[in-house]
Amino acid sequence: MSEKSPLSGVFFMTGDTACAEGAISAGCRFFAGYPITPATEIAERMAERMPQISGTYVQMEDEIASMNAVLGASWAGVKAMTATSGPGFSLMMENLGLGIMTETPCVLVNVQRGGPSTGLPTLVAQADMMQARWGSHGAYEIIALSPNSPQELFFLTIRAFNLSEKYRTPVLIMTDEVVGHMTERVVIPPHKNIARYARRKPQVPPGEFLPYKGSDDLVPPMANAGDGYRIHMTGLTHDERGYPDTTAEAQGRLIRRLIDKIQTNKDDIIEVEEDQLDDADVAICSYGISARVALLPIEQARQEGIKVGLLRLITVWPFPEEHVRRVAKNVKAIVVPELNNGQIALEVERCVAGAARVIPVPHMGGDIHQPQDILDAIHRGAK
Amino acid sequence: MIDEQVLDGLHPMDKLLRADRIPHIWCPGCGIGTVVYSFLSALIKSGLDLDKVAVVSGIGCTGRAAGYINLDSFHTTHGRALPFATGLKLGNPELKVVVFSGDGDLISIGGNHFIHAARRNMDIAVICVNNFTYGMTGGQLGPTTPIRAKTTTSPYGNTEHPFNLPYLAAASGAVYVARWTSLDARRTERAIGEALAKKGFSFVEVIAPCPTLYGNMNKMKTGLDQMRFYEENSVIRHGAEPKDVDITLNGQIIVGKFVDIEKPTYLDLRDNIGSIV
Amino acid sequence: MKYWRRPLDLDKVCLPRAEVRIIEERCKGCNYCVTYCPRNVLVTGEKFNSKGYYPPHVKNQDECASCGLCQMICPEFAIYHIVQRPEVAEQSV
Ligand SMILES: Cc1ncc(C[n+]2csc(CCOP(=O)(O)OP(=O)(O)O)c2C)c(N)n1
Ligand code: SF4
Ligand code: SF4
Ligand code: SF4
Ligand SMILES: [Mg+2]
Repeated sequence: MSEKSPLSGVFFMTGDTACAEGAISAGCRFFAGYPITPATEIAERMAERMPQISGTYVQMEDEIASMNAVLGASWAGVKAMTATSGPGFSLMMENLGLGIMTETPCVLVNVQRGGPSTGLPTLVAQADMMQARWGSHGAYEIIALSPNSPQELFFLTIRAFNLSEKYRTPVLIMTDEVVGHMTERVVIPPHKNIARYARRKPQVPPGEFLPYKGSDDLVPPMANAGDGYRIHMTGLTHDERGYPDTTAEAQGRLIRRLIDKIQTNKDDIIEVEEDQLDDADVAICSYGISARVALLPIEQARQEGIKVGLLRLITVWPFPEEHVRRVAKNVKAIVVPELNNGQIALEVERCVAGAARVIPVPHMGGDIHQPQDILDAIHRGAK
Repeated sequence: MIDEQVLDGLHPMDKLLRADRIPHIWCPGCGIGTVVYSFLSALIKSGLDLDKVAVVSGIGCTGRAAGYINLDSFHTTHGRALPFATGLKLGNPELKVVVFSGDGDLISIGGNHFIHAARRNMDIAVICVNNFTYGMTGGQLGPTTPIRAKTTTSPYGNTEHPFNLPYLAAASGAVYVARWTSLDARRTERAIGEALAKKGFSFVEVIAPCPTLYGNMNKMKTGLDQMRFYEENSVIRHGAEPKDVDITLNGQIIVGKFVDIEKPTYLDLRDNIGSIV
Repeated sequence: MKYWRRPLDLDKVCLPRAEVRIIEERCKGCNYCVTYCPRNVLVTGEKFNSKGYYPPHVKNQDECASCGLCQMICPEFAIYHIVQRPEVAEQSV
């Protein structure tokens, strides 16, 4: 393809390509990355597309560098993204923390594959979900989205950029090898119809600006390098001026605000899909490709007369606690299929707090669930 | 009778400092402050639009420099100043991006980033304060610690070969390479000025005292002892072969400008493909 | 300023002159300025500041050649010189 601008129309493309195009539609003009299966196609697409739209593709020496380059570009005022998989995701954790601490908008895509270590380079898993939540050291909140199709990956990439700019925080897209590599119909709306959010700029002159003072929504406006504000950014605990203040009081104030700016805006951030839950006795709670695999056993169970519904987590972090609690009140059991040994199932158990039975359906990855395994779990839950 | 016009704060340099944060955290006799002065002085003389200059540091005593300089300033993570600076520069090529950091930060944990930024000939000026040790963490062995030098993790004397930084920078692709000591404050200023004016990856190593740790453990208890050592043992040799300027514990310190060449930068080469896209 | 022989045209030449100032509270007593001033303008002071360091004392102001080295070498931004205006310099010779 040699399109010179953001695309629009109907396409047949892989999830990885859709992700790159979603970024472009969102206004992303900087991509730094390091090749890794199954995320490489995002980098390749960006290498082709960025020069066409006056953006930057830069291949860094590793994922540590990629993450940092993205943060630097964001401070230069450019919407920036990187994409990787397990081993690279591990390398990015240190400076994901820097992004959170310094409130730097950016998007980090993890096309999950099997681990630990080199694991299954070409095969699917969803085993980095807790790493997404807790992988960098320290106490923090994170936003992570999980798509179930190339089309949704396209839209969620746009949403990820918008959330990152709005809340001044890195946003994770936790997709997986199957969604990344599957080829499907992707509809890209006309560019002018796509809502794009841009970070708020300071309204006061340099000298009066406190770069780390939260506004009403707890998010500070952001001055970019070169704007004349002479800002200071540090990964150390800092005060509202951005100066290091390594005291318990400053830590309490800053970390509290960083957590609260996500927590208090949960209604805006959290997105779920609820299907056939009104009359359900059993709910499936899942995300990404596993939630899609669950559609077949849900249909089969319904045909058998078992009332099953689906709670699909599109936003996985912050965790949709209220939605899970509400569902738990009305069902006997919640079945949680995921491509790991049970990670999100733990969160579901925490929220359900005994109100319903939680039945994890772990699968270590390498391929997706056998629908029968999920159907069996539904049967157990319906008893 | 005095021209007060030059004074913006207490000190003529206060206008480029976050003066409300001075005095800084550095120990008495620490050479980092002197190098900061040379840098700021070079900046003023450079005529650059200071609103378009960004300073990026990593972690370490030297890394704290970013926090004292009244420009857009970024105190990143340990070793990561260069990739952050790379993103900043590519995100807004109008910016003049300067990395100011320590030997451990730039060359040990950040060593891979260093050679690759130089290889790309990325438009970044790098100022490395080399005090032969990890100051911030208490004086451990670092990538430039001379053989036999004592540190807290080489208590019997270092047995590892150190890096010769000008050689490393030159071999990796830097277009400007100089070394001075903090005693040569004026020459350091001039070298940094040249580095700032240079297109591409420029590198200025400044040997500086760490009296508290490195000096103390190596029979130079005060900063002045270390400065006197530089005075007696540094030899100016412009154009010296970078491979010949390695540093030993008690030997000569060869200083001067070693590399000053022209080569297309990353942005030059990238912008060239514009016509084929 | 003392000369071993009074230059014949001293009344016409404008010698660079400066006043040296010290921000005593910033000084950490490293003595670099005292040691490296080429004109021995400075000596280590006898009074310590609130942190216990001994800032330099300007002993031979008239000797100052306005070279700026003390200002450059001070790691603390604690000492600086102010160049006097030429006409002022002339008068004070
Ligand atoms: C990932 C990581 N590892 C270790 C450290 C601890 N650390 C902080 S500064 C430093 C060394 C700094 O040495 P150098 O860059 O030479 O700076 P100096 O303090 O000597 O100026 C180390 C190891 C850290 N902050 N981050
Ligand atoms: S420990 Fe060494 S490098 Fe660090 S401030 Fe003190 S003298 Fe300077
Ligand atoms: S300006 Fe030069 S001569 Fe004057 S006091 Fe400072 S170092 Fe000495
Ligand atoms: S160089 Fe600065 S810190 Fe050192 S003694 Fe002189 S005034 Fe004090
Ligand atoms: Mg060091």
